[in-house]
Amino acid sequence: MSKEDVKKSVVEKKGIVQKDLEMLGTKFCKEIGQGVFPWVEMKSRSTDNIFYSPEFRQYVLGDKTVRRSARVISHLRPFAQMVWTAYFAHELLQQRKTSTLRDVYYSAQAYDVAFQDQAESDNIITDLESVVESPRESFNVYPEERSAVFGDLTIQYTVPGYENRRTNLASHPDGMMIGPALTESQFVETSADKVIVIEKGAMFTRFVEERVHEKFNSILIYTAGQAPRSTRYFIRRLNQELGLSTYIFSDADPWGMHIAMVIISGSANAAHLRELTTPDAKWAGVWATDIVNYKLPSEQLNEIDVKRLKELKDDPRYTGGLWQREIDAFVELRKKCELEAFSRYGLTHIVDKYLPERLKELG
Amino acid sequence: MDATEPVGILPDIYIRLTLDGQNETAETYTLRVMDNGSGIPAHQMPLALGQFLFSSKYKLKQARGTFGLGGTMTILYGQITTNKPVMVFSSTGTSRIVEYRLMIDIERNKPIILDRKIHVNPLKDKERWHGTIVELHLEGSYGQASSKVLEYLKQTAIVNPYANITFIDPKGRFYKFERTVTEIPRPPKETEPHPHGVDVETIQRIIRSTKARNMRDFMKKNFHRVGDKTAKEFLKAAEIQEKVNPKRLRPEEIVTLVQKMKDYEGFLPPNASCLSPLGEELLRAGVLKELEPEFVAVRRRNPSTYLGHPFIVEIAIAYGGKVPAKDEVLLYRFANKIPLVYDESGDVCWRIVRSINWRRYNVAPNMPVAVLIHLCSTKIPYKTVGKEILSDQAEVSKEILNAIREVARELALYLSRKERVRRQVRRLNVFARYLPKIAQFSAGLGGIEKPPETDRLYRSQVVFKDFVTKDEFTESEPFDSRLYRTVLVHIANKHESNAVNVKVLGLTGSQWTELIPESTLTSGSEMYETLRGNFKQVKVLAKSSKPEKEGLIEAYVDGVSE
Repeated sequence: MSKEDVKKSVVEKKGIVQKDLEMLGTKFCKEIGQGVFPWVEMKSRSTDNIFYSPEFRQYVLGDKTVRRSARVISHLRPFAQMVWTAYFAHELLQQRKTSTLRDVYYSAQAYDVAFQDQAESDNIITDLESVVESPRESFNVYPEERSAVFGDLTIQYTVPGYENRRTNLASHPDGMMIGPALTESQFVETSADKVIVIEKGAMFTRFVEERVHEKFNSILIYTAGQAPRSTRYFIRRLNQELGLSTYIFSDADPWGMHIAMVIISGSANAAHLRELTTPDAKWAGVWATDIVNYKLPSEQLNEIDVKRLKELKDDPRYTGGLWQREIDAFVELRKKCELEAFSRYGLTHIVDKYLPERLKELG
Repeated sequence: MDATEPVGILPDIYIRLTLDGQNETAETYTLRVMDNGSGIPAHQMPLALGQFLFSSKYKLKQARGTFGLGGTMTILYGQITTNKPVMVFSSTGTSRIVEYRLMIDIERNKPIILDRKIHVNPLKDKERWHGTIVELHLEGSYGQASSKVLEYLKQTAIVNPYANITFIDPKGRFYKFERTVTEIPRPPKETEPHPHGVDVETIQRIIRSTKARNMRDFMKKNFHRVGDKTAKEFLKAAEIQEKVNPKRLRPEEIVTLVQKMKDYEGFLPPNASCLSPLGEELLRAGVLKELEPEFVAVRRRNPSTYLGHPFIVEIAIAYGGKVPAKDEVLLYRFANKIPLVYDESGDVCWRIVRSINWRRYNVAPNMPVAVLIHLCSTKIPYKTVGKEILSDQAEVSKEILNAIREVARELALYLSRKERVRRQVRRLNVFARYLPKIAQFSAGLGGIEKPPETDRLYRSQVVFKDFVTKDEFTESEPFDSRLYRTVLVHIANKHESNAVNVKVLGLTGSQWTELIPESTLTSGSEMYETLRGNFKQVKVLAKSSKPEKEGLIEAYVDGVSE
């Protein structure tokens, strides 16, 4: 995919989703008028239909489909809710407004198709994602959690009221929130050649303070734990559209490891979606072997950690040499540590010593 | 009532209790009981009421009492507590009404006649009054006993639906339990005792009164289902000489005879002609009348025997209506048409009912379910002299358990059907609620101004709304069913007591055919049916089940396109 194509697709994507939703409405109306109960078909998201695809380097759905029909009494309520959600999403797109999962849950109550709880509404939104085969961000439903980005990247807004305005993401030292406006923006130019993704807020701030973006020609991204989908999508765009290499730094434990993995290869929950992964991104640390090599202060692994490691050991996403090596190292060491552990050797140790060594090692 | 049934009179019982006076320790009452039975012949009246163990009969039939003690005991209790005589009026339907004022000489077990009067019985022949009136005085506390008294009367009314029972309590409150049937159960035939069921005392009584001169005749003439052949074979097996005169038997020989009779297996089982069960129809009528349930199932088991005594078990199960909802299934016990209201938990019936896993029959705690157990026998196996609780006789218990299971299965079926109706109605409500929404949002989504009509998918039509039924069938407005592959009919009887009859017709070509044949919907019940086949129109017809008893119904017809 050329750069131009990618840009075009970002802008046009929402238009396509909007069209898809309209066609869905027209189809249902036609069916109802003909005395046929409206129905939709989507790929089954049950666990027996989720497979790992080495080709896409992510989980994908198999061939099994499910049919939702208004004829089936137990489908009727979820069906009505899905049609409403589609209608609501279409309104969002048309009015160029955005919403969150929580917001959708409350909005339904105004239309007498109330959800019992947010889990139910989240699930219906996932259904709609499966039907239109696009992430909810493409119909303007964003997650609540927000992460941030900082670095020399000039973007141009597309959201109403800001059209064609530009801003540089290094203009605010706390970073810019990766919200709907940023997710939908177009990338204009950057001097960076890499992206550094950081799990922890304290380290992100340290990196900004230590001018890592300048010293290492990088764009810094703070995920606030597990990266929200819009952030994963943003990282992917930086990688695909701007060709920036991506390095991920997270805690040295199975959970930190998995934060990196979800950015790289996605999750089983999002098996119905593409374009949320960055297969070329690299997990840059902190590794189990770093605990020894850098003599980092550490804690004992607990039982849950060990159990999680066993699961990851057999997970198809973890087949690479680095992953298996580090899992084994964790098991052997029975130790874990956090990103902040480097502060044991002074506040700048991580930036002065660890970061350059690791980037060099990974090439 | 035992004075009316054998002569085919519908019983009218009148009971009045009035407060005579009270002091700190006691209250005294006058109790007046009147029946319309066959009456007591004048010469027997003092003995019948003023002497214990008046009856000398050894023959057997099902009767409410056992030894005729109940009436005399009451009179005695009244006499002990108030020292006042009892007044008795009776007529057998002749031109005379005889009145006695009696007391009982307790030491000598003899009646003391204080006064005797003859009154003229007016009117002629069949119009003349017959029956008995007893008026006595007694001590007691109606305040404490009232709930049991009323419960007793209500339950009596259940197993005697052909009787009118009137009760006036000391506060002047009037209770009337009216008959709803005019049919009386077949009265029991008197039979000789079965050899398996006699004791030494009975044998002695038979020997005293028998005319038989030898053992063979003695066996043949005095015992149930013993013929010439059986008598011969038994005596041979028991090693008793056929020619022995029974009156010459020594006491130890009588004991041996009783033992041999019990052990001998060649006797034919007793038949049930000496029993008078209510029958399923009357039991159902009694339950419907007093409990007004939404559902009732009854079962009369075939006659059986225990220890030589014939018995029949009758069971009813009632659900809903005025059946109270209790934590556990409610139990009503009856023996020979008499309610047993005390010491329920000691009764074998209680144990049997509790032993059943009611969940298997879709019965959950706090559901209004009552089980009625009626045991008919020439000898009720009472556990105690109080005659309130039944003991565990394996044969009887087995019959009771099996009968309960039978009716419980019917209830289970009814309840699951009811649940199905409820689910189906809810199902259609879901259609009615969500289809228009789907249409509305789809139109909004597709940019279509007017949402499509969902009628082609699903339509619900009220064909009878709060409709009051008449004696003749009335047709509902028709439902146009051409668009629908599935048509569903839902009819609910909303009347609080009356039943309605309904049927459903469908139009094919120009012919109306019956899709649901005439069926009865009792008060509060509903029917829900899916109609098979293709019809142009469907309509519901309804009428009152009983003449001049209006019903109230609601009926819906729903069509679904697929």
